This record gives sequence, structure tokens and C-alpha cells, in this order.
Amino acid sequence: MITPRGLRSTPSARTVRIASGQGFWGDDLDAPVRQVRGGRIDYLMLDYLAEVTMSIMRKQQLRDPAAGYARDFVPLMARIFGDCVECGIRVVTNAGGVNPTECARAVAEVGRRAGAGGRARIGVVTGDDLMDRLDDLIAAGHALEHMESGEPLESVRPLVRSANVYLGARPIVEALRRGALIVVTGRSTDTALTYAPMVREFGWSWDAYDLLASGVVAGHINECGAQASGGNCSADWWEIPDLARVGFPIIEAGADGSFVVTKHPESGGVVTLRTVKEQLIYEMGDPTSYITPDVTADFTSIRLAPEGADRLRVHGIRGGPPTPFLKVSVAYAAGYKAVGTLVYSWPDAAAKARSAARILRERLDRLGLAFDRVLVELVGWDSTHGHLAGEPPPDLPEVQLRVGVRGPDRAAVERFTREIAPLVLTGPPAVTGFAGGRPRVQEIVAYWPALIDRAVVEPRLNVDVVEV
Amino acid sequence: MPRIPLLELAHARSGDKGDTANIGLIAYDPVDYPLILEQVTAERVKQHFGSLVGGAVERFELDNLCAVNFLLHGALDGGGTVSLMTDAQGKVFSTALLRMEIEVGEEVAMRVAGRGRHPGQGEGRAP
Repeated sequence: MITPRGLRSTPSARTVRIASGQGFWGDDLDAPVRQVRGGRIDYLMLDYLAEVTMSIMRKQQLRDPAAGYARDFVPLMARIFGDCVECGIRVVTNAGGVNPTECARAVAEVGRRAGAGGRARIGVVTGDDLMDRLDDLIAAGHALEHMESGEPLESVRPLVRSANVYLGARPIVEALRRGALIVVTGRSTDTALTYAPMVREFGWSWDAYDLLASGVVAGHINECGAQASGGNCSADWWEIPDLARVGFPIIEAGADGSFVVTKHPESGGVVTLRTVKEQLIYEMGDPTSYITPDVTADFTSIRLAPEGADRLRVHGIRGGPPTPFLKVSVAYAAGYKAVGTLVYSWPDAAAKARSAARILRERLDRLGLAFDRVLVELVGWDSTHGHLAGEPPPDLPEVQLRVGVRGPDRAAVERFTREIAPLVLTGPPAVTGFAGGRPRVQEIVAYWPALIDRAVVEPRLNVDVVEV
Repeated sequence: MPRIPLLELAHARSGDKGDTANIGLIAYDPVDYPLILEQVTAERVKQHFGSLVGGAVERFELDNLCAVNFLLHGALDGGGTVSLMTDAQGKVFSTALLRMEIEVGEEVAMRVAGRGRHPGQGEGRAP
């Protein structure tokens, strides 16, 4: 057999292909199927969690104790379970949300129905949920101060809806080591879903920080799906081909930590310096100190080298030890909000919309309604760039008036929702777009990031591996 | 000296962390990266956004990517689920930064003219 450049294949030249299948709960439902069937992969990572997702899931679990996870994951597994068993593709996901155990149970059921009984194991990671321990932790001196304001969690304690620790790769690696084909976690970090397979496959030790940091960078590239392979790319976006069937990124990882970002042949999108750079700086803080539970990665050490069409080599990455803390994602109830809209047409569309907003404000004042915040935007003119858009021209064809209010008093927000439609008959002319009915009052569940001593969390982590 | 919008020199992506928007600004061509380093300072960016950013602006350099990362604190009306803004997650702060104008030499202005606009869509540079 001829190998590239006449080199003999050695174990160290082995690569592991880790495919990204979901970038958030609500992403392209068919992308994971295309990843599984479009070419060879070894792992499929599916990221379902964003900052506020856990609190939404908690709400669902309070209504139904068997809910509280990314439900999309179960019908997805019904479609690909057979492929995964046949091809030995392992699935690593944080779809478990606030209820990984029930999520795994539902997936096991799907596996049995797909004929995988006795042929697959499912790993479940638990222990990230601090909700039941919160009072004990606060009493023991863990103040869980807000990472930006410094306020102790006690100030909103009765309003807390969920509290979960961001976990790293260790429990996932443990589940893989025990033979899990599918690993379901709760609030694992997005990046761990990609680098846990690398740690497992290459046997990296937990103090090999440069290698772990390489894994984190690979994870950061994978975690937003097609955002690394042509989606939402601002550089010459019109030249990016075939986004209708965009290929999600695949990390082709080597034991030395270097890896290639690529995608399946025949898929849409592109992998270039530009698409990958845009993803690397996405949601970035201090690039020299990208903190994860397992390692602190230095994004200023990343080296990128194109290796032909849709192949970009990433290497040279350095890392350092993690901190003694883990990040906690707390969700708490923080009042109510509602947003109402109306559309005004030419002539003088913006002037009409602004006049309507003034009338509305005056009516709200007369009703004695107090809000923490009232925001008026003109969609079609200033809702994205604010004052940078300048003054709207009088011949603007149309504009959408968008008014939002926020406050602690549900009744006040409710009353606001009844003041939008009346403007149609009692305000400036040439107004439409109210057919959607009254705006909906939304309860605000806000995000409270905090740090906790890892020593009070890690001993309580649990990994179960069960036969389907 | 000609003034050109950053749109012609760089591409960008933005996102959020709580009430902070981040904007990564990436030079199309490495030769223009020093211009960005020199002129697109945290102070200039803070001034450009004005009342749209309540808190401080921080800048971090990634020479390896010919990119700079800005953190715009207090830019998202509380951020995430709290914010009333259409762009509650700062997704298009990137393009608001690309409006910013900087001074460049004639050679640069000629070389990058029209960059960043869909062919046939852009109105070109304002006179």
C-alpha cells in the first residue's frame, strides 16, 4: 500500500476525526445526519447549551419531571443510532441539560427500538447541578458573587431557578474509557465535547497543557457549527458556495496536538483562513487567557497554515494550568418585559413612528406606569447601529416602530401590551402590521455567572455507563 | 490624507458575554494590520460608539491572526434575556465598527477601494 510521501503509517500518524453537528439548541436538524453519512468520522459532538438554555430547561422540568433536556436530540438519535453502531461513531453531547439521566433513558429507548439492544453503551455525567446544595454552599461561605458586579448570590437567592457548574472533559473521558458509544452530559463546557475525545484517543495527561490547549482551540472552532465553515462569515460572503447544504466543521486531530479543520467533500460552505479566524475571535475575552476547567489556553499562540482546498492546519498552541475555580451558571427571575411593534409607511415614515412613540410614552406616564427601562427603536433605520445610522431621510419607504419595556411589576408590563394596538386608530396615519395581536409578557430569567472552589464540586461528579 | 471606512480594510464578527459585546476585527491583508493597531485604539472605538457603550472599551491584540479583539462593556442593555434591544446579543456590533473611518495613504485608499461591498450593491465611497 502506498502512503502519502512514501511515509509508513505509524501509530503517531493516526488522526481522529471529530465532527461538529450542532452549534446551539435550534441549529440545522439535518447537519448531524450529513456529518455521519457524508464521509468518515470517529466522533460527533453536539452542543445544545447557551447561557440561558439551562433556565429554560429548568422551567420545562418543573412542569414535567421527565423533561429538562434538549428534546431534539432524541429524534436525531432515532435517525442515526444505526449508523453510529455500524460505523463505531461515538456521540458526545451536552443535550442532557438539567436532566441528563432522563435524556439518556429516552435515547436508550430509541436505541433499543433501532435494534441496538446489547450493542451499545450510554454514559451519563451528573453532578453539575448545584440547585439542591445552594443553601448549604452559601452557609459554608461560598458567596457565589456575580463575576461582573461582585454582588453575593444571597441578594437574589429566592429568585434562583437553576445553578450548574461548567464541567470539563474528565467525566466524558471516563465515560468513553468505560466503553460508552454515546455520552450525555449536563452543563459541560462547549469545548470539552471536542477535546475529551482527543484526550481519550491519544492518552494525553492532565498536565500536558499545550496539548489540552490545542484541544480547547479545536473545541472553540467546532462549538458554533457552520460559523467556522462559511456561515455568518463577513468576508466576501457572496462568494461562499452552497450554504443551503453547508458542511459543518470537522477536526482531524493528531496526537501532537496539531489538527486540520476541514469538512466533508461535496458539502457546501468553505474552510479558509477567514472563516476560521472569524470563529476564533468569536465571543473572545482576553485571548492570552481562555480559561476552561482543564487548562488555560493562549489564543495568541495559534498558528494557521492552509493545506489546500477546505483544509487549514492549526498548530503551535500553548497552554497553562487551570484555575482553582469552576464557573457556575446561575439563572434567576429578574422581572418582566414585553416588546410591541407597528409598521409606518411613506411619506415621512420615521417622523410618524417617532410621533407615535411620543404619544405612547405620554399615555404610559398618565397611567402612572413605571418601568426600569423603555426602549424605542426604528427597525429599518436605527435598531442595529443606533445614532451611527444618522437621521432617517423623509423618503424612507417604511419603518417598524419597536417599543420595549422592562420592570419588576407584571401588571404594569401587561398594561403596556394593551397600549400598542390603540395607536392604529388614535395616532399618526399610514400604520399597519398589528395583526399579530397584543405583545406577550415575558418573565425575564437572567444569567448570573459566578465562580466556585472546584474542591466542593469535583468529588461529587458521577459517571454512569449503562447497556442499551 | 484620504479617510476610508474600516469595512475596506478588515472583516469582523461580534458576539456577547453578558452585558459585554465583543468585536473581533481582522485585517484582510497583513500589510494593513499595523494601520489598524495604530489607529483603531480602544479610545477611538469608545468615541465612535459614543452613547451606545455605557462602560469602558478594552482592546487585545492577536498579532498571530492580524486581528484585534474589543470588549465593549455595558453595551447590551443588560444583555441576554434582560435586554430589550433588537441586537441583544451584539451580533451586528461588528458592522457598526466597520463604519468607523481612519486615515490612510493614497496607495492604501486606491488598493482597497470598494472592498467589503457586494458587487453591484455598494454605492462606493462617499465623496
